[in-house]
Amino acid sequence: MKLIQKPWLWSWLAAAAAFALTVALTEGRGAGELAYAALSFGAFAAIVGLGQMLVITLGPGNVDLSIPATMTLSGTLALKAMGSDPGTAWMGLGVALLVGLGTGLANFALIFLLRLPPIIATLAASLVYQSLAIWSNRGLRIKPPAGLADFATGRSFGIPNVALVGLGLSILIWLLLERSVWGRWLLASGQNLRAARLAGVPVEAVRAATYVAVTVFAAIAGYLLASFSGGAALNMGAEYLLMSIAVVVIGGTSIAGGMSNVPGVWGASLFMFLVVSMLNSYGAGAGVRMVLTGLIIIGIVIAASTRRIPR
Amino acid sequence: MSTAAPLAAPIVALTEAAKHFGPVRALDGVSLSIFPGDCLGLVGHNGAGKSTLVNVVNGGLAPTSGSVAFPASGAATALAAGVRSVFQELSLCPNLTVAENLRISHSALKGMNWRAPARAEIRAALDRVFPGHGIDADAPVDTLSIAQRQMVEIAIGFAPRGTEARLVILDEPTSSLDAGIADQLLTHIKRFCAGGGAVIFISHMLGEIFEVATRILVMKDGKVVAEKPAGGFTRQGLVDAMGHVATEAAAAQAARLPGDEVVRTPEGLRARRGEIVGLSGLAGHGQAEALARIYLGATSSWRSPREAGMVFVAGDRGRDGVLPLWSILRNASISILPQIARRGMVDRTREAEIVAEWKKRIGIRTEDVTNPILSLSGGNQQKVLFARALASAAPVVVMDDPMRGVDVGTKQDVYAMIRAEAAKGRIFLWYSTETEEVCQCDRVFVFRNGEISAELTGDAINEERILEASFEMEGA
Repeated sequence: MKLIQKPWLWSWLAAAAAFALTVALTEGRGAGELAYAALSFGAFAAIVGLGQMLVITLGPGNVDLSIPATMTLSGTLALKAMGSDPGTAWMGLGVALLVGLGTGLANFALIFLLRLPPIIATLAASLVYQSLAIWSNRGLRIKPPAGLADFATGRSFGIPNVALVGLGLSILIWLLLERSVWGRWLLASGQNLRAARLAGVPVEAVRAATYVAVTVFAAIAGYLLASFSGGAALNMGAEYLLMSIAVVVIGGTSIAGGMSNVPGVWGASLFMFLVVSMLNSYGAGAGVRMVLTGLIIIGIVIAASTRRIPR
Repeated sequence: MSTAAPLAAPIVALTEAAKHFGPVRALDGVSLSIFPGDCLGLVGHNGAGKSTLVNVVNGGLAPTSGSVAFPASGAATALAAGVRSVFQELSLCPNLTVAENLRISHSALKGMNWRAPARAEIRAALDRVFPGHGIDADAPVDTLSIAQRQMVEIAIGFAPRGTEARLVILDEPTSSLDAGIADQLLTHIKRFCAGGGAVIFISHMLGEIFEVATRILVMKDGKVVAEKPAGGFTRQGLVDAMGHVATEAAAAQAARLPGDEVVRTPEGLRARRGEIVGLSGLAGHGQAEALARIYLGATSSWRSPREAGMVFVAGDRGRDGVLPLWSILRNASISILPQIARRGMVDRTREAEIVAEWKKRIGIRTEDVTNPILSLSGGNQQKVLFARALASAAPVVVMDDPMRGVDVGTKQDVYAMIRAEAAKGRIFLWYSTETEEVCQCDRVFVFRNGEISAELTGDAINEERILEASFEMEGA
């Protein structure tokens, strides 16, 4: 396949263009800082985006809208469990992973047992998760343990630690999709669920694992974000509802299912941060910024999807 | 090529028409005239260029070189010249009703109350072609059986739709119809041609070709290799012209000892080790549902054992078989992944070896198995689905009318392969709408209204007994 047909190309081109335009304004000053900030903030979008990508790959109608609530709940409960005590970082991660596992299983139980459409099931369940977070938080702002906060805001080899975690998770997902039996099953189920079932694919197990994977990824993102920003907040996940879906679509993953794209999610995550910084540095007000962001997203999606038609 | 009435102008005239897809010469210079009253039988292997020829005639593809003209009507386009096509891959919109589907190709229906004339027209067309069809014009298409959908599609092809059908192209129209309905269609074709219409009839069932065709055209590798009046061919001569060494249906069926009973269902279907068990009867009488119940009951949506106990060969490729975004390789290997995996990862070398071996054994026509599955013709896609099932070690193979759109030569190869696999102890549960295939079985269950109405074995398996069991109590 030629380079121009790679569906991830467009999100990376868009990210590079936004980067270049921003840096052009400052005549090259601050380029390093901008790249560093994009990698830090982009990492959170990429982690939740990878999970959402797996669910969207399951085919039309599959989406997880409980990502923001899961992030909030996992950040809140993990920080509460750690209570700012040193040496509790791994225990906190364990709590976050359990939250992800729990919400994923609950989501899939609603989808499978009650036959609810995923969009309704995850949205309704997220109200419960958000309520749990409010109830356990009670307005407290608990600081993360110092060591964990240092890790989340720190860097290794000049790259933000959160971006390295995101990169590790991306490689894991890429390997699963491209090389593992489970990945093949997921891609087959997304193309034609009935045909996959008749070919011997355990489709319900694949769907369950996927709905658990997305919330586990959201929980990891929530844990890291709470540590990064010095404490959990009840609205900390809000912007990741649209973000998780936008980075998947801009990244070139097929909304029709059956085709995933890991590098595209990263390009799109960087782009989503960079486009806002670009509009900021050109002095656009909040209203203009949102309108332009929306228009740019639509443009990229059109470019990416029309390029892909002649396969 | 002046076989029909010399006075009339041809409905369609092709002059050295060719169509190339990159280096592939799908149609390699064909000249052909079709006159009113002609019924042209078109035969050839999968990938011989039949579908391309049809698409050039109906305007779906523009020829790379040569020309297509419509002298009788003087029209510029196939649509205006009254050329209609009925495809083997069903092209109805499943969420719309029968009458609404007629509207899609009938743009003259306008205004607030277009549904009433649409209903009347499709009803009349169905009554004309398939008397006693029992299809409701207001039924959504997805509630119809596959045979009923095919009937609707054929009726739409012959419906006047504001003008008049002059040339109707039927691509494998009978492959999902049972014998009674197929006869109604053949009768209608003869009537239609006698009334000055023309038909291009594509079928892998040579008996039907000989019954309706006035002329037979044999294609191979994009060229017309033989064209004669139907009387000028014998069955064997036709098969030879297609260029396949047809092995006479091997009568030497190894005498097998009946093995242990492995399959048994509440409705009374039984199968022993090494048996080929047929499910027969009129199309849509519960055979496909019975197979789906057996398969879904024997396998799980939650776990996939290393050695599958049962595999499924789909007949409705688009709905039940093909994974459209994938390559031939990945489509063929999906059912054997747990078998060849190491620690959950696919062993890609073994995967490629196994698929390469099956490509050779079953003769999938492609240069490279990493090509997309949709680059193959329908019959070759079907071979991939066979390879998918047979490559596994599963002791039971369930086949849901799998020979639709498969050419005569391949059918013989697959029959032989099925017999060889059965001799090794595999069980085949085989639903087929073709009596010829059912007669290959060791034991046949005839279905009527969702229930088994007869069980036939040995010499009792013949067309007469099957028809008898299919219709009992109905005609009286």
